[in-house]
Amino acid sequence: MADQRPNQLHRFVSGYGMIFVLLLLMLLFTILTWKKQTPVGADAGHTVAETILAQNAQAVVIVVAGASDVEQAFVQAAEQRLSDGGATVARTVSGNPSDARRTITSALDDGVSLTHVAVSGIAERWTVFDRFDAGDLGQRVSPQPYSWPVFAQTNNLLSVANQTAIYAVIAVGMTMVIITGGIDLSVGSLVALASVMAAIVIREMGGVNAGPGAMLTGVAAALGICSAAGGFHGVMVTRFHIPPFIVSLSMMMMARGLAYLIADGTSISALPESWTVVGSGTALGIPIPVLMMIVLYGVAHVVMTHTALGRYVYAVGGNQEAARLCGVPVRRVLVTVYITCGTLAGLGGLILSSKLATGDPKLGMMYELEVIAAVVVGGTSLMGGEGRILGTLIGAFIIAVIKNGMNLLNVGAYEQQIILGAVLLIAVLIDNLKRQRSGGVS
Amino acid sequence: MGSSVLLHISGISKSFPGVRALEDVSLRVHAGRVLGLVGENGAGKSTLIRILAGAHQPDRGKLTMDGQSVVFRDPVSAIRAGIGVIYQEFNLVPDLSPVENLFLGRESSLLNHRDERQRAKNVFERLGVSIPLDSPCRDLSVAQQQIVEIARALLRDVRLLVMDEPTAALTPREVDSLMQIIRELTLQGIGIIYVSHRLDEVFAISDTICVLRDGCHISTRPAEEFSRQSLIEMMVGRAITHEYPKRSVQVGDVRMRVRGLTRHNVVNNVSFNVRAGEILGITGLVGAGRTELLRLIFGADRPNSGTIEVDGQLLTIRSPRDAIRNGICLLTEDRKNEGLIQGRSVLENFSLASLPAFSRNGFIDSRTELAAFSKYVKSLQIRISSSRQQASSLSGGNQQKILLARWLERNARIVVFDEPTRGIDVGARHEIYQLMNSLAADGRAIVMVSSELPEILGMSDRILVMHAGHIAGEVREVPTATQEQLMTLAIDSSSTMAMSSQKRQDALG
Repeated sequence: MADQRPNQLHRFVSGYGMIFVLLLLMLLFTILTWKKQTPVGADAGHTVAETILAQNAQAVVIVVAGASDVEQAFVQAAEQRLSDGGATVARTVSGNPSDARRTITSALDDGVSLTHVAVSGIAERWTVFDRFDAGDLGQRVSPQPYSWPVFAQTNNLLSVANQTAIYAVIAVGMTMVIITGGIDLSVGSLVALASVMAAIVIREMGGVNAGPGAMLTGVAAALGICSAAGGFHGVMVTRFHIPPFIVSLSMMMMARGLAYLIADGTSISALPESWTVVGSGTALGIPIPVLMMIVLYGVAHVVMTHTALGRYVYAVGGNQEAARLCGVPVRRVLVTVYITCGTLAGLGGLILSSKLATGDPKLGMMYELEVIAAVVVGGTSLMGGEGRILGTLIGAFIIAVIKNGMNLLNVGAYEQQIILGAVLLIAVLIDNLKRQRSGGVS
Repeated sequence: MGSSVLLHISGISKSFPGVRALEDVSLRVHAGRVLGLVGENGAGKSTLIRILAGAHQPDRGKLTMDGQSVVFRDPVSAIRAGIGVIYQEFNLVPDLSPVENLFLGRESSLLNHRDERQRAKNVFERLGVSIPLDSPCRDLSVAQQQIVEIARALLRDVRLLVMDEPTAALTPREVDSLMQIIRELTLQGIGIIYVSHRLDEVFAISDTICVLRDGCHISTRPAEEFSRQSLIEMMVGRAITHEYPKRSVQVGDVRMRVRGLTRHNVVNNVSFNVRAGEILGITGLVGAGRTELLRLIFGADRPNSGTIEVDGQLLTIRSPRDAIRNGICLLTEDRKNEGLIQGRSVLENFSLASLPAFSRNGFIDSRTELAAFSKYVKSLQIRISSSRQQASSLSGGNQQKILLARWLERNARIVVFDEPTRGIDVGARHEIYQLMNSLAADGRAIVMVSSELPEILGMSDRILVMHAGHIAGEVREVPTATQEQLMTLAIDSSSTMAMSSQKRQDALG
């Protein structure tokens, strides 16, 4: 028989085929959200100043913009650049059209002979400039509009990544559990429990003025209770042979109830400012949750593909009895996997709590379904034994991109639910067809 | 006897992506005759069966029944034409009674239970057997379920019955009654295609024997024109000098000592020794507790009492993990469910039991792993296209070799085989036997459970016969032992059964 060794590319395509679906979706939304954009803020101010300096290095300029933070940034940047370049900035306006009229009038009254008016994208549409003699104002320079898809803007992409991060973090543990042939329905409730647990510990240890020690204790308490919940799943499944669906369904209710109970049914916001650093901060321009997600996926991928534990997880999911008869410590593997899943759900809860600056028993509702959907769209089989960690990352992003794209295209919330449900079904359908084709002849 | 040609298969070819399953195969099946169909795994028998059942369509060639050309587009049209197929895996609904199963999908608009019962009774009478009509099929024995399958085919006015490995899960006695039923069917003018690895049965029942190899038709001749040897040579395409390779090994000291091993209702106070270099055969009827005994030794089940010593050291075995750590390993009879992780690669299946040894600082050293695997691929002649190939895609013989390699890497002291050649074709069987011999020659102790008496007699240095959970007898002089002797021990001097065994011996000539 001919050598049927599949080449690297072929393996990659069959293993991570979903990445092409993701890229296609991104391309689709890029095209659909293609719009005329006007530059704003400091960048825009800078460009406008450059344009003026290029025309006349000794220009005399008034800078006009709206009142918002972004508009003020425009004014500051333009003023800075113009002065640095040797031009004279006679006046600046950051306000409404009448402010602009007053300022320009007073400048002209003072005998300033203007060569240019630098206007922001917003101020450009004002009709106030028509009241003056065009010769008095000199040339009006505004940021050049350009065409660029809203979807592909850096800010939008980062916010998609940031929204995905929490689901994706939880989905790492869920992928491992599902590969063993199990399921964990409790992750959404553990998100709530972790946020409440941490918030209560911090409140009791100083609240708004709590220090790093208190926050670390809160984190440890939250992760501890969530990994204990995972360990409970593992023991129930391995020692008492209760189906994972039932064990985690009951934990889903118990953990949610416990979260309400210890939080007295309300949210806890007595948290120090620095609690929000992880959830809202950035490093190297990338939101910290996204960085955590990237690191976590790197580690999990290596564990699943290059360690004995990873091999054991696949073996237990593929054929538990064969794995046991092969000397695989089946119980230990299962308990480890459920603890990992619980702990990562807790970590997801902490990130969410940090992002929202609160501990709330209502957090994480329906997260289990979002997370399971990401795992399944990522190509992991609910039958166990098959799946890839990085596939789950792709799955999480496919769902996030579809949601984000639909938001940008103003698709209604109800329609979105219908479409997401269909996407989940189609993903599994494609996977099944692929499997049937590859395993056609027995 | 001038019986008419029932089915004429002419020039059938069938290819699957990358595999030529059948190439220009022609066959005739006569009414009232048995055609034995033999060949190694992958010879094309299953494909031929599926074509007859309407599950596959041939690429070329045609089927003629009673001189009329027929095309089976789906299983229903094959059934309508009078072809019935009894697969290895039965198609019965376990919760329904035999009567309900017989008429499943054929209920008339008004259910007439009394009529159905009467017809079921008639058909079982026609087969000369009595089957409890009302208990759910799950409570029936394998043999009884098979009879229900046959009865269902009869109710559909079957004229050609195809049986795929019908005796794989039957006890010798049940095999006898199946043979009786087949003879009964041929008297009624039904043509039979009998597919089996068990050559003794094929010889005993067939009028003609057809050999397939690599999808090609090799030979069809009256059964008496073949010898066992010539048939095997045609199946494997080369001369096999000894079906059971001989060896001369110095049997050494006792390596494993089992004392009083008991698990209630299954294994009863079993004691034996195995020596270095020795192959100890264990046989007995299905349900005698052979597999259960092996599972106790391997820690897959817990004994209620009893001890196991290896090399003079008393072992505490609570799990397979403990057994493996102490150098005991088990090659299961059920490779699919208890041996392999079907969906994972052959490489992963090989290394699963030795991962800590292949790991450095917690990470698997894939180069060491692959090097070890390649060594076994070469020495055991495992035929694979890539180390990433899925285990499920291998033939039975190669799967067995993968499992063997898994345990050899663990350097097992005691190797326990449960039905080592079940579902393995003749050529690969020979290789497995040679491997067993070389393992013994290395000073390991081998325990082999098998239902195939020729295999037990051909391979063992000493034979234990089990009956109802205990050891009914031991045969030390293997070269002079006979199948009959073993069978007598296995059925424990029950006179009627002893007779049946005698009959079986006569039938096998």
